[in-house]
Amino acid sequence: MKIKAIKKIPVLVILILVYFSCTDDFVDRDPVYSIDSENYFNSEDDFNNGLIAAYDLLQSTYINNIMGEIASDNTLCGGESATDVIGYQQIDDMIHTPVNDQLQNLWNWMFAGVNRANYLLEFQNNVDFEGKDIIIAEARFLRAYYYFELVKWFGPVPLKETRFQLGDETTIPRSPVEDVYALIEADLIYASNTLSYTAPQVGRATKGSAQALLGKAYVYQEKFSQAAIVLDNLIQNGPYDLVADYDTLFESQQENGVESVFEVQYTDAEGAGFGCLQCSEGNIAVGFNGIRNYNGPLFDSGFSFNVPTEESYLEYDEDDLRRDVAILNIETWAAQTGATYGTGYEHTGYYNRKYIARQGDLNTGDQNLTNPNNYRAIRFADVLLLAAEAYNRGGLSDVTAQQYLNRVRNRAFGDTDHEVSVTGTALTTAILNERRLELMGEGHRFFDLVRTGNGSVIPGFVEGKHEVFPIPLEEIQFSNGNWQQNPGY
Amino acid sequence: MYKKILILLLFSFSAISYAQNVDVKGTITEGSSGQPLPGVNILIKNTSRGATTDFDGIFAINDVPINSVLVISYLGYVSQEIAVVNSDPINIVLQEDTETLNEVVVIGYGSQTKKEVTGAVSTVSSETLSELAPVKVEQALQGTVSGVNVTTQSGAPGAGLDIRIRGISTNGTNGPAVFIDGYQGDLSLLNPNDIETITVLKDAQAAIYGTIGANGVILITTKTGSKNSKTKVAFNTYVGFQETTRKLPLLNATEYALILNESYAAAGQNLPYPNVSGLGVGTDWQDEVFNASVPIVNHDFSVSGGSEKLAYTISGSHLYQQGIIAPKKTDFRRNTARLSLRGDISDKIKFSSNVIYTYLDRDSVNDFGLGSVLFNALNAPPTLSAYDQNGDFSLVPNTAGLGIEIINPLAQIENTFNDFDLRKLNGSFSVDYQPTDQLTFTSRIGFNTTEQKGKSFAKIVDYGGKVFDVTRSSVSQNSENFNDYTLDLFANYKDTFFEDHNVTATLGTTIYKTFGSGLFATGYDVPNNDWAYADISLATGTGADGVRDVSSYAFDERRMSVFGRLQYDYKGKYLLSAMLRRDMSTKFGPNNRVAYFPSATAGWVVSDEEFLNDSSLINFLKLRVSYGVLGNDQIPNNGYVGQLNGEATYVFDGILTNGVAIGQLPNPDLQWEEAKKFDVGLDFRILDNKIDVTTDYFINKRDNLLISNIPVSGIAGVYAPGGSSPTINAGGVENRGFEFAINYKDDLSENLKLSVSYNLTTLTNEVTEVNNSTGFIEGGTFGVGQPAISRMEVGQPIGYFYGYKTDGIFQNQAEVDAHPSQLPLGANASPGDLRYVDVNNDGVIDTDDRTNLGDPIPDVTMGLNLTLNWKNLDFTAYAFASIGNDMVRNYERTLTDVNQLNYVLDRWTGEGTSNTVPRVTTAATTNNVFSDYFVEDASYLRLQNVQLGYNLPADVIESMGFTKVRLYCGVNNLVTLTKYRGYDPGATSGAPIGGGIDFGFYPIPRTYLFGLNLNF
Repeated sequence: MKIKAIKKIPVLVILILVYFSCTDDFVDRDPVYSIDSENYFNSEDDFNNGLIAAYDLLQSTYINNIMGEIASDNTLCGGESATDVIGYQQIDDMIHTPVNDQLQNLWNWMFAGVNRANYLLEFQNNVDFEGKDIIIAEARFLRAYYYFELVKWFGPVPLKETRFQLGDETTIPRSPVEDVYALIEADLIYASNTLSYTAPQVGRATKGSAQALLGKAYVYQEKFSQAAIVLDNLIQNGPYDLVADYDTLFESQQENGVESVFEVQYTDAEGAGFGCLQCSEGNIAVGFNGIRNYNGPLFDSGFSFNVPTEESYLEYDEDDLRRDVAILNIETWAAQTGATYGTGYEHTGYYNRKYIARQGDLNTGDQNLTNPNNYRAIRFADVLLLAAEAYNRGGLSDVTAQQYLNRVRNRAFGDTDHEVSVTGTALTTAILNERRLELMGEGHRFFDLVRTGNGSVIPGFVEGKHEVFPIPLEEIQFSNGNWQQNPGY
Repeated sequence: MYKKILILLLFSFSAISYAQNVDVKGTITEGSSGQPLPGVNILIKNTSRGATTDFDGIFAINDVPINSVLVISYLGYVSQEIAVVNSDPINIVLQEDTETLNEVVVIGYGSQTKKEVTGAVSTVSSETLSELAPVKVEQALQGTVSGVNVTTQSGAPGAGLDIRIRGISTNGTNGPAVFIDGYQGDLSLLNPNDIETITVLKDAQAAIYGTIGANGVILITTKTGSKNSKTKVAFNTYVGFQETTRKLPLLNATEYALILNESYAAAGQNLPYPNVSGLGVGTDWQDEVFNASVPIVNHDFSVSGGSEKLAYTISGSHLYQQGIIAPKKTDFRRNTARLSLRGDISDKIKFSSNVIYTYLDRDSVNDFGLGSVLFNALNAPPTLSAYDQNGDFSLVPNTAGLGIEIINPLAQIENTFNDFDLRKLNGSFSVDYQPTDQLTFTSRIGFNTTEQKGKSFAKIVDYGGKVFDVTRSSVSQNSENFNDYTLDLFANYKDTFFEDHNVTATLGTTIYKTFGSGLFATGYDVPNNDWAYADISLATGTGADGVRDVSSYAFDERRMSVFGRLQYDYKGKYLLSAMLRRDMSTKFGPNNRVAYFPSATAGWVVSDEEFLNDSSLINFLKLRVSYGVLGNDQIPNNGYVGQLNGEATYVFDGILTNGVAIGQLPNPDLQWEEAKKFDVGLDFRILDNKIDVTTDYFINKRDNLLISNIPVSGIAGVYAPGGSSPTINAGGVENRGFEFAINYKDDLSENLKLSVSYNLTTLTNEVTEVNNSTGFIEGGTFGVGQPAISRMEVGQPIGYFYGYKTDGIFQNQAEVDAHPSQLPLGANASPGDLRYVDVNNDGVIDTDDRTNLGDPIPDVTMGLNLTLNWKNLDFTAYAFASIGNDMVRNYERTLTDVNQLNYVLDRWTGEGTSNTVPRVTTAATTNNVFSDYFVEDASYLRLQNVQLGYNLPADVIESMGFTKVRLYCGVNNLVTLTKYRGYDPGATSGAPIGGGIDFGFYPIPRTYLFGLNLNF
């Protein structure tokens, strides 16, 4: 009996095996503890999580800010040597070509932002819950934010309202600038109509953020009357104001303060490495801008990039309270405090004080990549100056334009003695110059010059070419003839 | 089938009609032991009638015609023929076949005699294993088997080894599949003394393993006891003492100071050592970190035996090895226990089982890469003493000249705390069912289950502003488990038709599943900043808000296969086999779920032809050829599914907030790598079988290599944090080579026996496809911040070194002026600097002038093994040579104040002084960009093992009750001859792209061994 039972074992094993073998289901299994990307967005939490992903790429816009500033006449590239971050150096000298790692990063990261917003938007009709429209509106704001950067840097770019798929680069054309702006406007109008002035959490986009970016997009297109309406609405109805003391504006106490219309959030809580700069939760521009080999009070060391020129420093009036906030005269500072510093390539003696490393943060490694300084993407002062420009250049009201401009100037000088009273093109010049001084070091200068036809003040600038940057060579190659390079490159 | 029955009947009738018949009975015993032999085949010649011996070695055949001949055969024994003259019992003693042609070779789901093998198959026996006394089994394959190269990642105790069979064929995983008694397992953890044979399938012979056979297959057969045998006990032990094989010739303190002075002066800077008198030789950091007479001990025993129906082996082993660097912090402990049982449930059903338990404990210091202990020892200034006045470890100054990575290696050792434990149970249970003599069903299950735990402690430590400073203590712990099982069912049918047509058919199915999980966690603020308190239970601090201190993973991969093999031979002279395997795997994308792997092999035993029958020279000659398609499924899991494993972290309300984002983009077409293997071989034996030669020529083409991170358009968002482009099948590599192995065995006199074997393998590697936009894949780092130096590129060997070619040293300004500008590399050249070749002749030296500077793949590897027995003395020596492998010298930090090797004493100091070593200066030069100046020929010859043993005379030990007492002493890794300057010319990270870069490899120690083998 026992033997008989044992004899059945092989038969049994055979049967089991045959069962397994005959059913190919054995190799049909779902990956363990993983969520299929095509099966997501089934709850409010899913949408919130997807939204965080779309916000994440804002942190990579450090490269837009540092490179935008370097491209302008405000600063020189600096760094350790002439070959330190060659992509930045070439842009500084206006000798950049389609082969430029940094421009490629910018292209890649902004499109990554677009795609993450589009991922959420692709599934926006999946489920309904209270507050979904807020999430959708923020996602659309972010898409507009990334597209605005892309159109500023590269001009015509491919457009899609769902995720780009591999292969789209060979079929989807670069849409004309007007079409890109049309999508940006549609997104921002939806966002400004849906969002309120206070966000559910600090750091998220508000109605004000959307209105300000919409106004800016209008100004960039010289749609001044539309710009004036939306910016005026924001100025009148929004909770924003100028911070009385410009000196505190770029310190941590004024992060997300009353002047902040939209702000990119950074933290020093998590480490980062050069292998994945876009993964850092810190503001990389701050470490790059920092003072080389610095030893002394208040500031921390950095890589001495993006150093303001003497000309930028001298552009400020002696009485202008903004000068020594925007630009650090390192020699004077060292003389006052006994601080020591090194000199890097293209040392000018000046540093971009708004965004250089401060002492007192956690110095989580690599400390140059994890500075917590938030980037004030859209300040109320910027809004006022944009509104002034819209009123002036749109021929709507130079009086209103002067009001808005002088609101900024009065804060800058701490008095009303420096108010501007000129009109017409003189007022335009004054407004644009004020933009340079007010927004020094914040990455806007190059685009202000280009959109007003003044690019040629930048040494090496070739009109008809340098208004936009070249599409990365690889992208032209990937497109397989679908995309043409920008003129002149 | 009915034809066969017909023939059988025919024969029976003819037998009946022409002869008188008797009933024959008999016993068959084994020659050396005298024990009965069960399972022996007895066949009446020229019929298909016969019988098999039972467990008592008894057989019976009825109705046997008088004068017919019985053929008695048993695998591994010399066949005999005996005529039946009457019905008296026939007692036959079978002698073990010492001719290795009848040696049984496992070939996967079956076995053949060596004579029948038509693939490229090599074996390593347990004798070789015991002679080499390897710590890890892989070491025994180095130099003993042609076509196999084994490289070490580090000489640290327990460090990994890489096996490459016939070259590097993929940018992915190159390691062969290993099967232990039929189930997929891990070679590196086995006790070498548990192994009976290692069989290496190098060509399309491995195609029966389909999608896991492309990298070659290693089959391990473990030792089992024999039935009807007395209990045998074997006890082996050795103790060894280890030391470093090499110390690099560094500058002493005075030389160092003088060189520094010269280099500072050359740049117009102040002398760092205005007074060098009294500096003396300073600190030799290598002496500080290397230890001598570091112990290694090994004990193992086995008890085996068998009754009539059951055979068993029980074995255990213990190995403990300390490292020659930081012996208290680097050690390796491996304990194993094994139980093997096999027996007969009935005369048709047999079972066998084998279970192994392994415990492993390994502690290590940073022994590889930038920041390793040896890297620090090589770069730390000799003018610095190891300890300061207070007896504390001195700090390497935080100056620009010494950088921020170099720390006191002794302090580094002191502050390193980690622990790794592994517990593993693996084994198999197998049942054979033989309903008829021709047919055998085998079903078996093999499994591995591994539990491993790791812990490391980052102590608060201040090296004075170095990157290794820790300001907040933390302890990281992890726990991982890996499980798998292999379930096989197959049938073997073996029969002979029309006398001379032998057929073996194998049909089966196998399923494999591997699954596991890992959990990782970090706790902060370890109490008392002390290893004794380093556990998450006590370290209750957490990372910043929103930072995740924990992570985990899990996997579940499966494979389901069906396979068949048909082997045919005519008179054992013309041999053919064909195989087909169908694999389905969870590794493959939905568009490529099923893979088919066909292959065929053929052989011709030329020596069995009449024209060679009487050759006095040639005893055996066989031609072989094989071709087949195999696969490699060691590719990333789930590459065809879009997963939400990207990084999505942003700051809301001032704290880190985590969301979800898409990770790698999927590739639904993902499939296995495909290997096409061709092999032609010639085996022959001459001079009374004294010389045995095996030669092979092979071409292995590997296609559909997986190219990850294929550059794709950024619009698809793949450059987001945690995102990446899909992995696609878009690469190819080809390896061609020639293998030659010769054995010479001769009994020179009654007392003197000699055996010499030599093998040689040549290898030519060429990348045939890299279908991404750039046409190459980069890997491997050099220096700090320099571009990757290793490439996989069409037309070049995989992992070749890509950099600037030098053409001596600029001797004077005129030569500099006459040469294209080197400024694009970073600085203008001066006399004394390296002159780079304008490879593309465009009048400027720039990145386009980089070219092939060599590769880490040896052109030729050779092994030489010698065994001599003289009376009771035995002597063995194993040597290995590798020729044409290049290595990159990358253990120099190339900062102004670091120590250097003494070749710098031969530097250029003025016109005509040197054309090889550039000047020293602290000024900016281009001498440190990656060029052939840093690529060295790392060809070497290594005497891996010599051993001298003495067997106590039989009469002495018999009186003590022993059957064998052998004492031996030996040296492992005795001497290495090489021009290479670094520690170990044979070491490599094993990376296909980025291997052969020396960050200061931990050298394999030289070990003096004293051992004892006891059998009773």
